[in-house]
Amino acid sequence: MAQPLSPDYYKQLEEIQAVDFVIFELVLYLDTHPNDSQAIEQYNHYAAHSLKLKIEFEAKHGPLRFGMPMRNDQRWEWSEAPWPWQV
Amino acid sequence: MTHGHVPFRRSYKPFRGPFDPCPPIGVKYYVTPPNLFIGFQPPNFKQFSAIEALRKGTLWVPFYDYYENPYKK
Amino acid sequence: MWTYEKKLMYPVRVSTCNPTLAKYLMEQYGGADGELAAALRYLNQRYTIPEKVIGLLTDIGTEEFAHLEMIATMIYKLTKDATPQQLKEAGLAEHYVSHDSALFYNNAAGVPFTASYIQAKGDPIADLYEDIAAEEKARATYQWIIDQSDDPDLNDGLRFLREREIVHSQRFREAVVMISEDKNQKKIF
Repeated sequence: MAQPLSPDYYKQLEEIQAVDFVIFELVLYLDTHPNDSQAIEQYNHYAAHSLKLKIEFEAKHGPLRFGMPMRNDQRWEWSEAPWPWQV
Repeated sequence: MTHGHVPFRRSYKPFRGPFDPCPPIGVKYYVTPPNLFIGFQPPNFKQFSAIEALRKGTLWVPFYDYYENPYKK
Repeated sequence: MWTYEKKLMYPVRVSTCNPTLAKYLMEQYGGADGELAAALRYLNQRYTIPEKVIGLLTDIGTEEFAHLEMIATMIYKLTKDATPQQLKEAGLAEHYVSHDSALFYNNAAGVPFTASYIQAKGDPIADLYEDIAAEEKARATYQWIIDQSDDPDLNDGLRFLREREIVHSQRFREAVVMISEDKNQKKIF
């Protein structure tokens, strides 16, 4: 990693981590409460929000999700640092 | 018996033998986590906000149990 | 199949270069009640369990791999740039002569991971009770590591992981209820 990452990188990443965490909690809840339609509604809300945040993040900071369209077709950014344990 | 005001904590006094060389620790603490008391989660449990949920490690307020070393002076 | 996201489940930080704490954390990396054992246990049990709890085992098993990556990150950060002398002082000379600073699936005492840490009885109740016990043992291990650690940033991440064990145990307890229900009886709350 040549340059330190911008504060914006950490802020956006944490926002995604928070939203994805809620999704994970709702998934585990729904696995044992499959008929709670209110929770499914909440899950759908957060899932859509997560998707939006990730598209914004990837446009600004590079790929986050495997197999998604790349912003840059001149350079293969997926295999570039930083990796999660390095930031 | 709960020590102080910390919920989900219990303690016991270990038997003290006449030939125990270490100074007595007093009480041994152990944890009785929230999942022991809640049963099947009822609907409409109180939730943390997304960022707070991440910080705390759970979305659900009643499952939250902050841990600190109980022997810390 | 599984897919990868280039992010941790939780923002892991450590305050100091402290290989001693890294050594303790190996208990949750390659130990009996660690995250690797948890992931392998749940993902292996799901093939022979009633359908209504396969989703739960899959999702918790998947989360355990995210926890494993967090533990690896903690160990990596606590030992990164540590000299052989520092590793020796931390009791990691034996680790160093075999692995340098590479991570390895050992427990805190250097005992290598073994599949014997995991049970798969094929009996749904026995397996789910094993899973509940595994979560409580992992919770306790996190407590004992927090008791030994004076690194506030590390403890923050460890508290997150400990809390996850509480939630997982809750869900496994609910799974027991789900598969214990008598289909011919009306469900009463």
